[in-house]
Amino acid sequence: MDKFETFTGVAAPMPLVNIDTDMIIPKEFLKTIKRTGLGVHAFDEMRYDRQGNEIPDFVLNQPAYRNASVLVAGDNFGCGSSREHAPWALADFGIKVVVSTSFADIFFNNCFKNGMLPIVLPQEQVDILMKDAEKGENARQTVDLEAQTITTSDGEVIPFEVDAFRKHCLLNGLDDIGLTMEKVSSIEAFEKQSAAARPWV
Amino acid sequence: MSPKTLYDKIWDAHVADVADDGTSLLYIDRHLVHEVTSPQAFEGLRLTGRTVRAPDKTIAVPDHNVPTTLDRANPATMTEESRIQVEALDKNAKDFGIHYYPVNDVRQGIVHIVGPEQGWTLPGMTVVCGDSHTATHGAFGALAHGIGTSEVEHVLATQTLIQKKSKNMKVEITGKLKPGVTAKDITLAVIGETGTAGGTGYVIEYCGEAIRDLSMEGRMTVCNMAIEGGARAGLIAPDEKTFDYVRGRPHAPKGAQWEQAMEWWKTLYSDDDAHWDKVVTLKGEEIAPVVTWGTSPEDVLPISAVVPAPESFKGGKVEAARRALDYMGLTPGQKLTDIQIDTVFIGSCTNGRIEDLRAAAAILKGKKVKDGMRAMVVPGSGLVRAQAEEEGIADIFKEAGFEWRMAGCSMCLAMNPDQLSEGERCASTSNRNFEGRQGYKGRTHLVSPAMAAAAAITGHLTDVRELMTDAEAVA
Ligand code: SF4
Repeated sequence: MDKFETFTGVAAPMPLVNIDTDMIIPKEFLKTIKRTGLGVHAFDEMRYDRQGNEIPDFVLNQPAYRNASVLVAGDNFGCGSSREHAPWALADFGIKVVVSTSFADIFFNNCFKNGMLPIVLPQEQVDILMKDAEKGENARQTVDLEAQTITTSDGEVIPFEVDAFRKHCLLNGLDDIGLTMEKVSSIEAFEKQSAAARPWV
Repeated sequence: MSPKTLYDKIWDAHVADVADDGTSLLYIDRHLVHEVTSPQAFEGLRLTGRTVRAPDKTIAVPDHNVPTTLDRANPATMTEESRIQVEALDKNAKDFGIHYYPVNDVRQGIVHIVGPEQGWTLPGMTVVCGDSHTATHGAFGALAHGIGTSEVEHVLATQTLIQKKSKNMKVEITGKLKPGVTAKDITLAVIGETGTAGGTGYVIEYCGEAIRDLSMEGRMTVCNMAIEGGARAGLIAPDEKTFDYVRGRPHAPKGAQWEQAMEWWKTLYSDDDAHWDKVVTLKGEEIAPVVTWGTSPEDVLPISAVVPAPESFKGGKVEAARRALDYMGLTPGQKLTDIQIDTVFIGSCTNGRIEDLRAAAAILKGKKVKDGMRAMVVPGSGLVRAQAEEEGIADIFKEAGFEWRMAGCSMCLAMNPDQLSEGERCASTSNRNFEGRQGYKGRTHLVSPAMAAAAAITGHLTDVRELMTDAEAVA
């Protein structure tokens, strides 16, 4: 996994609440056996008509937001299915950070596994970032994970919380499986003890 | 010892390692796998030269993509992409030596129905699957939740998950349900109450008399939709009903091991004075048969209600409701019972078990599907299907005009050809009414199996109690 580095990028506003993973990547794209190439289908049904033409109103089709790397979204982003195709599609599109007041649990986890940072903020701060994002082209926000801040295009600095372990993994591009493999002796010890205590498992 | 919740007890029994900040390695007892969320994980193992750590605890079954038509043995019934995905699962199961129920096996079905049916799911276990409805298995008092594909790979390779503990939430349904009200109505009513993010950060334990009174099938329906309420998992403490259901299943313990298991299982309940971070209580007798009107499972109302006005909501929900009504083609003030239905779908891991089919058949018996409607039943597994045929339920469906299909996810997510067309309106026993979920621009109303049957007969959303005989209504 790539290391998560400080960046400045265009922020796109998506104020709709309950944006679900079916919206982020509709099921017809789940038939792939690869992780890559899903970016063109991110938000497919909101983004294209049935003939495959872009719907000009959709935020990521607007010239100002085509290269967005931050999404500022309404409550409960990423609810629904566990499909990791959702963060794969967003990452492949170029999204590195999603900001919302809340995220669905599985989507939230999935982001970290793919080098993406979901940021949870109180409503007022999300509103500030949303307003900023709505300005269009100039709304370039800076995300500094090390310092745990997101800075608006006007220079307003908003701090955010992030789990220390997850931060460490993102900053260093660490692969979870590799980390867990280092603890294989604990796993073996657990298996031994559990085989005695719960042999039917 | 300090008092514990059921979740605390199962969690504590599975922590293989814990860091100072509470990040834990949770040992996984059962890993269920299906064709859609696993190919990239197996590919990851191949690329890194890793193996499956505990193949005997890993169970795979294709369900999301498979056709449910009677001629599905013919590969031409699948699209090229679907076929490749199912074949990848065939190959991965074989290469990595995991338990497998292929499409032509009578035990094949939706992964969350197959697990309990085969006795893989047992009380006190940790169960995961690359699928959000893994919460279903919580009905057995197992800690069960959905994971993403990276985590599927992590569990395959290490048999553990990196986890932080969630908070404890108690959802109590007191009293008795009224006739015509089912487990599906309970679970939808809870989401209507808490919202789709109300459970975020929590593991829910469902308890109370109305939950105790439910069969195992009903309990699975309730836990299944814990995820729609945002929770990581839903749990119900095991009791005699649970043990009776599990006893004698192919992979349940036998003999001395059964006795040993029972000893532990009987300790799996929340202590009286355990701490709850959040408590929600609903009165069972106040729950009515419900339907959804919008495009989020929280858009729930009793069948007697009218379509709400967007302005009756607050904050971002106003715009979301406006969008939902537009998508659903509904007008505020319209009676829910006036909504005309084109299609009825009975099935899914929420309501594809034998009891669900019985409930629908009880309403359909001797009646016909309204002219011009499409109606289909997709049993949750080959064994559910066989049992329904034996009980004569299949005949009731067929005589009423329902299509009697093979097992799979089918129109719950419409990855196979079972899809709604643009604008087609469906009364569905599945769990998600998201935009496009059952087909591009398809319109979904979530209901119980009995309510689905009622809609099939009348052609519009209907209060099932109006179709029940007097004897049933007082039962
Ligand atoms: S039946 Fe529906 S919800 Fe259940 S596993 Fe299949 S697709 Fe998912």
